[in-house]
Amino acid sequence: MSNRAVLTGRHFMMGNIACAEGALAAGCRFAAGYPITPATEVAERLAERLPAVGGTFLQMEDEIASIAAVIGAAWGGMKAMTATSGPGISLMLENIGFALGTETPCVIVNVMRGGPTTGIPSVELQGDVIQPRRGSHGDYQIIALAPSSVQESFDYTVEAFNLAERFRTPVFVLSDAFLGHMREEVIVPPAGQIPIAERKRFPAGVDVETLPGFLDEDVAPMPIFGEGHKSHVTSSCHDAYGRRNVIDASALDVFVKKLNDKIVKHRDEIVRVASDLEGAEVALVGYGSVFRCAQAAVEAGRAEGLRLGWFKLGTIWPFPDKEIAEAAARVKRLIVLENNLGQLVHYVQAAAPRCEVRFLPPRVLGELHEIDYILKAVREVHP
Amino acid sequence: MSLTTFEHPLAKYIRPSAKKTANCPGCGNGILAQGILRAIEGLGLALDDFVFVSGIGCAAWIPSPSFFADVLHTTHGRPIAFATGIKAALPHKRVMVVSGDGDLTAIGGNHLIHAARRNIAMTVICVNNGIYGMTGGQVAPTTPLGLTTVTTPFGNAENPFDISELVKGAGASFVARWTTYHPRQMEKTIKKAIQKKGFAFVEVLSQCPVEFGRKTGIGNSVQMLEWYKAKSVTLARAQGMQPEELRDRIVVGEFVDVDKPELIETLAAIRAKAMA
Repeated sequence: MSNRAVLTGRHFMMGNIACAEGALAAGCRFAAGYPITPATEVAERLAERLPAVGGTFLQMEDEIASIAAVIGAAWGGMKAMTATSGPGISLMLENIGFALGTETPCVIVNVMRGGPTTGIPSVELQGDVIQPRRGSHGDYQIIALAPSSVQESFDYTVEAFNLAERFRTPVFVLSDAFLGHMREEVIVPPAGQIPIAERKRFPAGVDVETLPGFLDEDVAPMPIFGEGHKSHVTSSCHDAYGRRNVIDASALDVFVKKLNDKIVKHRDEIVRVASDLEGAEVALVGYGSVFRCAQAAVEAGRAEGLRLGWFKLGTIWPFPDKEIAEAAARVKRLIVLENNLGQLVHYVQAAAPRCEVRFLPPRVLGELHEIDYILKAVREVHP
Repeated sequence: MSLTTFEHPLAKYIRPSAKKTANCPGCGNGILAQGILRAIEGLGLALDDFVFVSGIGCAAWIPSPSFFADVLHTTHGRPIAFATGIKAALPHKRVMVVSGDGDLTAIGGNHLIHAARRNIAMTVICVNNGIYGMTGGQVAPTTPLGLTTVTTPFGNAENPFDISELVKGAGASFVARWTTYHPRQMEKTIKKAIQKKGFAFVEVLSQCPVEFGRKTGIGNSVQMLEWYKAKSVTLARAQGMQPEELRDRIVVGEFVDVDKPELIETLAAIRAKAMA
């Protein structure tokens, strides 16, 4: 990989820029997008950087066209991405379903902002956490990662591309307005030290009539365009050869389940969490920028003698239910911090049915959880 | 060659597993499919030189799954947007979009005009049957004023698009219109469209005897083709006619054929400079 794409070194960088740099380091060579606050810097950085590394950025007429162009470029063999915020994701959801159904590797960055509807563009809200899981119609599994630092904005974007390539599926990076505009230190390793995954490709000279290119739980090789595979790619119900079948319910049964099982079977490879539950009776569960508040509160609480720990969800989807259950078995109570009205807390409670799970939104939606405010909530339940 | 071993001269272009057609008897899709394949063959090109992209609707099923080539069958209205990404990733392949008037001008109208404005090199064949055929004959943006359809039971209250004028206005390099009554002219025009370096748009009025012919009273497939013949007037003749005389006529011919900067080439130049 050309070193030009990888900004090896120590940087003081904005989250959105780190996200774009992560994409470039991962091998992204096509991006399409539409201006939207607070995600615009991702597109601006990619527009500036892609041509010099042989890539292309296109500003499309809307977000629907942006994700469509990304999927088209992915079938043309490229690693491709788009970055937007809630309103843009709402527009993209049909085509994100298309990417799922056609097993197209691509990355979608959602720099979450205050909603519903147009809301407040520049204020953070973790309002779009369930959306990737259930937003597009039909039954499916999605992968979504939630960075909680600028370094992770870089690292998780690389990881998102790797997972997209490995599992031939769209992968979300759920950033937010705080994180996207926050500046922190980022260390970009030398190009050769960043693990990079590449999609399994169809063998040369083979066409899709003779070798399955779809619906394999262990991920079928991708019959990308332009190499004579004569691929038939449809998001309508199809068989392992890509042949459309819109007549048989039994074909639909296979279509839906194979796509679903492809992610479920490999969830252990995908899910990443972190925790510090040393001596803890109460654990603060968080993700994204809110995790930083939780981590700071744990440090402050421990200093005053509270038996506190933290649990970070790096992966939101597939949901780390097994890992939550293990953590819940070690503590007496879980407090789930989210900058919303309670989205993942229900999944946490379902994963830990015998544990007392509390939900803690910030005092004012869209603002950070203050440490004093968190500790006050902790003291209420601390044994 | 005995009759029993006779194979259609274009059969070699058809995907082996595509054994059946979903088209109704008398549909114009067959004429369109042959026009496209003959144009490609006539230019000495192979299907592997192309990536075909289609949306949702009857016309989208012309390349998908029938053409034995790379085919992307997309969501409704979006084929041109998908095709834009494909062309950017594979600049040396020819990209052809085949879709209907509903797909390309109603739900997908925004992508159509912006692709024409960008002047990205691709051929777009718009099959205009004047109605939503696949879903059972609902009004389309191309349905004539006053026509009774299942969703305009009291007559269509809206004016139809002149699609070719729309794409011309949006800045395409090449714009032409024919009907399925003009297969030879259509084939020649598609050849030109494929060779055009820029956004090339060919509108083909195509008979839908089941949903359009019946509702309008124009009749079956043959009657619809005769109707196209009677209504069509070439661009050269139309230029000498008054607007009154042209009302309810179908002007056919090549409306635009100009050279202007093409997007993918311009981007390649920017890339070359940036990489230097």
